[in-house]
Amino acid sequence: MKKLLILGAGTGGTIMANKMRKVLERDEWEITIIDQFKTHYYQPGFLFIPFGFYTKQDVIKSKSDFIPIGVNFIQSKIDKVDGDNNKVILQDGEVLNYDFLVISTGVRIVPEETPGLKDKLWHKNVFDFYTIEGAMALAEFFKTWKGGELVLNIADNPIKCPVAPLEFVMFADAFFIDRGIRDKVNITFVTPMEGAFTKPRASKVLGGMLKEKNINVVPDFYLESVDNDKKVIRSYDEKEVPFDCLVTIPVHMGDSMVKRSGLGDDMNFVLTDKFHLNSTKFDNIFVIGDSANLPTSKAGSVVHFASEVVTENLMCAIEGRPLTAKFDGHSNCYIETGHGMGALIDFNYDTEPLPGSFPFPGIGPFGLLKETRMNHYGKLMFRWMYWHILLKGKEMPIPSEMYMAGKEV
Amino acid sequence: MVQKEYAGKVIELDDNGYFTNPDQWTKEMAKEMAKENGEELTDKHFEVLEFIRKKIKSGESLTIRSIGKSGITDIKGFYKLFPGAPLKKATLYAGVSKPSSCV
Repeated sequence: MKKLLILGAGTGGTIMANKMRKVLERDEWEITIIDQFKTHYYQPGFLFIPFGFYTKQDVIKSKSDFIPIGVNFIQSKIDKVDGDNNKVILQDGEVLNYDFLVISTGVRIVPEETPGLKDKLWHKNVFDFYTIEGAMALAEFFKTWKGGELVLNIADNPIKCPVAPLEFVMFADAFFIDRGIRDKVNITFVTPMEGAFTKPRASKVLGGMLKEKNINVVPDFYLESVDNDKKVIRSYDEKEVPFDCLVTIPVHMGDSMVKRSGLGDDMNFVLTDKFHLNSTKFDNIFVIGDSANLPTSKAGSVVHFASEVVTENLMCAIEGRPLTAKFDGHSNCYIETGHGMGALIDFNYDTEPLPGSFPFPGIGPFGLLKETRMNHYGKLMFRWMYWHILLKGKEMPIPSEMYMAGKEV
Repeated sequence: MVQKEYAGKVIELDDNGYFTNPDQWTKEMAKEMAKENGEELTDKHFEVLEFIRKKIKSGESLTIRSIGKSGITDIKGFYKLFPGAPLKKATLYAGVSKPSSCV
């Protein structure tokens, strides 16, 4: 039997297990997926938890529910990949051989990279919402908070879902208006970028939305440390922003397994060919999702679009043909803007987010780079699609390659 | 697209003043660019610029943190070398395109 190993059973790994089990002969190929955890989190849902729209139950399911029959699931930590010898070594020393490998070990927050961030105020006045624990602690805090300085800070890029911090402050605006204490809550968005978003046209539109909602923006702020006694965040060039409640998007890094395997860059992202989505070091290793060092968003939509490319190229490699599929960096993100409204952006490596309509030119139903109620429903609907269509590797009604029709240039 | 003369050569620049072709870059040009801002580049500056050029050439993403981990300087030192917005300034002087660390 030939062996396909998949490292990580998150969004990317689970989709690949489903797709590859359909295309590889069962009597020739054994597929095994390895993950240290049992629970699958619907990560886009974390954003909704601090505001009480979702509870923990809305965002968790068992990983094994989404792994198809005919794929082995091993629950274990991974020590490293030995690419020269086509082996994966698990934490307890067990060795697994492979013919082809898919790395989908994702990205995690590393608050420890910033002095004072994970200190005595952690989950008391300082919260993340990129983990279930952080999102739930913040929900508890907001229940009784009387107001003050609410500061959202992005420590560094890249981060998972680059629009989530924007959505957070816009949700917070709506949430505190509904609670009747918006006049007591000063919201500040502190970012290392020069504006709300880097891509110029989206930055202008999204920056305009923040301004309308009376949300302050502090740009070019690169976080050095958090002073727990003075309750300020400090930048490397010694600017300070005071907070009563700090919502942090900590530094993100890939899995330490990537480092131990010698496959990554200095932030533990796997060095990946941005078009063919294989490792730049080993031809029989493919990379999908947040774990790759690709210059596109770390987001579920990207994983979904990339999964079609990885599937095709993996089959090319298995059959000894040149790799025919080419990834364009396509990303598609719903942006919650509060009060039941939402925006949508659609872009790739070369094309920045543009206004227009999506997926049908001139019709929509979704509006690109503008606030509509339909976009908000799109986001809510997506959770159902995620569990029932996306993870199972079924066809989605959007092609993987971005198209210009419906976009206003 | 803008054209500008550095070290006796006409260089194509984008709207933000960044080189469109990194291969046109020389150390002399970097010195002239820095001089426009009243700055003098030292060997340490050039070590950072060479590191940036190497990173960009290999297609790797570039962040302030990756420069802080380069072994050439820490992040505080990087801010001292290129005061203000260090990554924007350093990539400008290094003759590469403007960094888009968030996508």
